[in-house]
Amino acid sequence: MNKAASAPPRVGLFVTCLVDLFRPSVGFAAVKLMEDAGCVVEAPAAQTCCGQPAYNSGDRDDTRKIAKATIEAFEDYDYVVAPSGSCAGTLKKHYPGLFKGDGAWEERAQAFSDKVHELISFLTDTLGVTKVSAELTGKATYHDSCSGLRELGIHDQPRKLIGSVKGLKLFEMDEADVCCGFGGTFCVKYSEISNAIVEKKTANIVASGADMLLAGDLGCLMNMAGKLKRQGSDIEVRHVAEVLADMTDQPPIGGK
Amino acid sequence: MQITSPTFKANAHEALHDAQLQRALGNVRSGFIHKRAKAVGALPEFEELRDNAKAIKDHVLEHLDIYLETYEKKVEDAGGKVHWAETAAEARGIILDICRMNNARTVTKGKSMLTEEIELNDFLEASGIQPVETDLGEYIIQLRGEHPSHIIAPAVHLNKDQVEQDFRRVHTEFAQDRDLTEPEQLLSEARQVLRQKYFDADVGITGANFLVAETGTSIIVTNEGNGDLTQTLPRVHIVVASIEKVVPTLDDAAQILRVLARSATGQEASVYTTLSTGPRRDNDPDGPEEYHVILLDNGRSAMLGTEFQDALRCIRCGACINHCPVYHAVGGHAYGWVYPGPIGAVVTPSLVGVDKAGHLPNASTFCGRCESVCPMRIPLPKMMRHWREKEFERGLNPAVARYGLKFWLWFAKRPRLYRLATYLAMPVMGLFGGHKRRFRFLPFAGGWVRYRDLPAPEGRTFMQQWRDRQTINQDARG
Ligand code: SF4
Repeated sequence: MNKAASAPPRVGLFVTCLVDLFRPSVGFAAVKLMEDAGCVVEAPAAQTCCGQPAYNSGDRDDTRKIAKATIEAFEDYDYVVAPSGSCAGTLKKHYPGLFKGDGAWEERAQAFSDKVHELISFLTDTLGVTKVSAELTGKATYHDSCSGLRELGIHDQPRKLIGSVKGLKLFEMDEADVCCGFGGTFCVKYSEISNAIVEKKTANIVASGADMLLAGDLGCLMNMAGKLKRQGSDIEVRHVAEVLADMTDQPPIGGK
Repeated sequence: MQITSPTFKANAHEALHDAQLQRALGNVRSGFIHKRAKAVGALPEFEELRDNAKAIKDHVLEHLDIYLETYEKKVEDAGGKVHWAETAAEARGIILDICRMNNARTVTKGKSMLTEEIELNDFLEASGIQPVETDLGEYIIQLRGEHPSHIIAPAVHLNKDQVEQDFRRVHTEFAQDRDLTEPEQLLSEARQVLRQKYFDADVGITGANFLVAETGTSIIVTNEGNGDLTQTLPRVHIVVASIEKVVPTLDDAAQILRVLARSATGQEASVYTTLSTGPRRDNDPDGPEEYHVILLDNGRSAMLGTEFQDALRCIRCGACINHCPVYHAVGGHAYGWVYPGPIGAVVTPSLVGVDKAGHLPNASTFCGRCESVCPMRIPLPKMMRHWREKEFERGLNPAVARYGLKFWLWFAKRPRLYRLATYLAMPVMGLFGGHKRRFRFLPFAGGWVRYRDLPAPEGRTFMQQWRDRQTINQDARG
């Protein structure tokens, strides 16, 4: 960073389309966590979606167009942070490949990619946050969303911060690292298979004995919450940022 | 074998409702994964070995012609014969010729996915030659007239009691009240049946895990020792191998062997690693009189130099399959051809055409677990995405999906309109979610709400609320 050491880092929040549309409180939790850690946070208005639905449908041209707009909207920030391992993974791991051999854009995409972080790992690994000042009585279990875990190496970071929430105990479920069956458009294109996968996941969640399910990706959370609610479970489902930011006044995802 | 990949969805539906299959699939989920994790955990240099293994194969694929020619020469120096086959039909023809020249009536076979790929058994039978599978799993599915559902555990879709029933049905020479409750008892019965067949066979056919260019050696790994008997007892040994199996040296093969067994079954090494070089020499105690290698292309060379070249590093260990949640849900037969799971989703479109196998690379959540365990570091999700790109370019993906995507993209590329539309839509949708904060029914979301509720949006979008917050902050400052 070429700024004076004292200047607070300027973070561009990539809200993600699901958080923007379905669960704004996750966005505000992210803002609070980063502001508490000394960042200046902005949410550029020119953002929409990271382009993953197009990218994973094989539509490279449109993905590139969205990627260019996203890079342009965010390249002035010191960091680009998303409350999602999946979207952050797309921005960080896949954008550069979209512009391979495309001269200036390849460089811009790489420079952009270097600044991208998923929220929780940004707090712990970049900002050095080791604990949060949140309080919540309960038993939580944590699901590792696939892209965050395997593309970005997010595993210990959220567990560490969850461990610092006063009153909250972590109950590990079996196969926490196995996909929940969401997979973006997969869950509607192959809904029956997706259902079989999420049924195994909810069985593991229930068996953990936890009364709250946490994860770092809203897509997965909506899938698991939707299944748990359909099964009549009263396990509360929340994005991990809500709990860490002590912002649990909103009803949980999918209601009580 | 009829390709049923085009009806993948229907196949999957059937599989999900097959109680026997679902019971058997539970074993994949619990068994292989823990064993691999344990074996890998016990070997600190495992990640480095993966890098080496990948580098060896990458090097070979860049110089495939040279290594294949070297290999051919070495095989011939050792007294063997190499036959080049471009297509499955050519390979079958060559094998039949060799069998006919030796008046073969029965052939024993070691486990080989490549002979599944070329549908050798049906062909031999139709030509009046009886193939006998000698791997226990292969033997069982041959009895049942089925195809393998997994590349290293062909009968993994079956439960023990099903096998017991088959043995009682077919092995009528044994006492009806014999005890077959333990897997070992099944194995020993199969061995008894097979023993005579090894001696009766005129030709033994095996696959190859590796072909070694420096020595002209073919290597197979097995756990039952059936491969050894298949290739040493008959008069003629035929190795059927695809061209990408070649490695430069014995040392290279040894390196890759170290990741193979650990990735496949969690063993440090398979029970038998069998090397064969040419026919029996004068002072050898045993071995075949003739040694043939069929080097089959069948679509591989067309993958060279394309975005699918990396898939040719595959050593068919099955780890990607063992770790795949989609495979765990539907099993191998649903994929509709020879190779199931993630590697099947990548190579099937290459080998039979994406128009037939298009579902396979789409039926993935891109969870990435396959790539994370693949000893050869094959970027399987990336390759599935490449197939989706090819389909998209050719307009092969379903119209509903295409138009849905177009609609979404139109907004995603126009932030202002996107904002406007979502400012209006989300609060309304939020209201409809009611006090339960979720939907049980929702038009246009059938695939979702059929199986799960859809959590309702909170109301106003983040960007809407954020704009308000900015205005308030500005007012406060001003
Ligand atoms: S793709 Fe990798 S994990 Fe799958 S069978 Fe091949 S080598 Fe094994």
